[in-house]
Amino acid sequence: MAEHVVIVGAGHAGGTLAIQLARAKDRFRITLIGEEPWPPYERPPLSKQFLMGEVALEKTFLRPETFYADKGIDLRLGTGVTAIDRDAKSLTLSDGETLTWDRLALCTGTRVREIPVVGRDLPGVHYIRTINDTQAIQAVAHEGAKVVIAGGGYIGLEAAAALRQMGCDVTVIEMMDRVMARAVAEPVSRFYEDEHRARGVKILLETGVAEIGGTDRATHVVDSHGHVHPADLVLVGVGVGPVVELAEAAGLAVDDGIVVDARARTSDPDIFAAGDCTRHPNAILGGDVRLESVQNAVDQARCIANELTGKGADYAEVPWFWSDQFDLKMQMAGLPEPHDQVVVRGTPSTRSFSVFYLRDGRVTGVNAINVGSDYVRGRKWIAEGRTVDPSRLADTEIPIKEV
Amino acid sequence: MPVIHITNRAGAESTLEAESGISVMENLRDNDYEVDAICGGSCACATCHVYIDEAWQAKLPAAEADEQGLVEDEPTYKPTSRLSCQIEMTDALDGLKLTIAPEA
Repeated sequence: MAEHVVIVGAGHAGGTLAIQLARAKDRFRITLIGEEPWPPYERPPLSKQFLMGEVALEKTFLRPETFYADKGIDLRLGTGVTAIDRDAKSLTLSDGETLTWDRLALCTGTRVREIPVVGRDLPGVHYIRTINDTQAIQAVAHEGAKVVIAGGGYIGLEAAAALRQMGCDVTVIEMMDRVMARAVAEPVSRFYEDEHRARGVKILLETGVAEIGGTDRATHVVDSHGHVHPADLVLVGVGVGPVVELAEAAGLAVDDGIVVDARARTSDPDIFAAGDCTRHPNAILGGDVRLESVQNAVDQARCIANELTGKGADYAEVPWFWSDQFDLKMQMAGLPEPHDQVVVRGTPSTRSFSVFYLRDGRVTGVNAINVGSDYVRGRKWIAEGRTVDPSRLADTEIPIKEV
Repeated sequence: MPVIHITNRAGAESTLEAESGISVMENLRDNDYEVDAICGGSCACATCHVYIDEAWQAKLPAAEADEQGLVEDEPTYKPTSRLSCQIEMTDALDGLKLTIAPEA
């Protein structure tokens, strides 16, 4: 009889797992449960092309809506899960129904961190996590609208670039002394600050949000220096946290993420987890990590599918990410930390350069801006644990392949 | 409808009735061929890598620098390699023949 696999969460990880398992016809009965009204979709365009209206809604779907029924996947949208009963191997849905499972996969993802200030609940304060969030922003982001963005990380800057291109008057407020400080080295931060400012985005560093003001809706933001910024729209991008409550209530090991092993298995052998919600080992990185990335969501979902179809292998992938801002394509691989040396290859003013992160001479990370070949090479070196000569790496006269 | 002749990773051949006006990658992905297309078509990864049949090489617009930079460093790169997200399917490409590249 077919094994019943129930997947909780219909994001990138959950969607990918369902799609992969559906290829092993007859072996599995698949139920995919999603809280949002949409079939699995790509989230990266929400702060980029979809926000700008360049990509239609259906284009963000991982598969056409009809795919799931065609493949015999029971897709339950607009449905939450309220409890898991491990002994009975069942779970309770938000509509009260009980489902039994043979294997369970938790792909619950993350939720946005709220900004802890007065006025955070006013209408006009938005986050970017879902299609509905972006649609709500689009409804007010008309030309000339004043937008104040709290947080100069990837989401904040991508949204700033998109909204600026849509004709909005954009101000980014960032607590740290440079943008994307958690993720990239200083030369990359400074380059992006310059690019944004050159296009008319105001970037305020070492500045916090003290208060969001307004009566019926947000009308302004007061920053930590007491300056008032009028706002038609306040956008918050101050990070996300893993959704672990279900796992925790079910008694599974949780440690800033659902703890899984190298085969994406939780502390219960019949329960797996994948994506942003997991803390997992990665042989290439040599430790446990929790990643917020599409790559990890897809690769970990595939790790589960392989395990369930008898082709299991330990998870060992070089993490990679990307960020599109204006006409700048930044591709990143590895995790910069810990590093003891930063090598800049090329000149930022040419708008095509890369930054390599080294530890004990080994490449641990790369950020490549408009230079795909450096990214691909860096990713390969990280996988190989290769050492490089920093002076040759910095010399653009030497082709990257010959470094 | 134009068609695409596809050889999958297992070597099996099939013919897909394709949609014009969307990318070759979207045609492959939406019909569950083995392209992950993780970045969704923004030319940021190389998980929609295909080999285009020799006879069709010249009929396709040349790869832009960013596509070429990404694909040519793939361990499975061949001179016929393309990223299928960067090729728009058109009626003129009716009969296009390609092979899905092995996983890198």
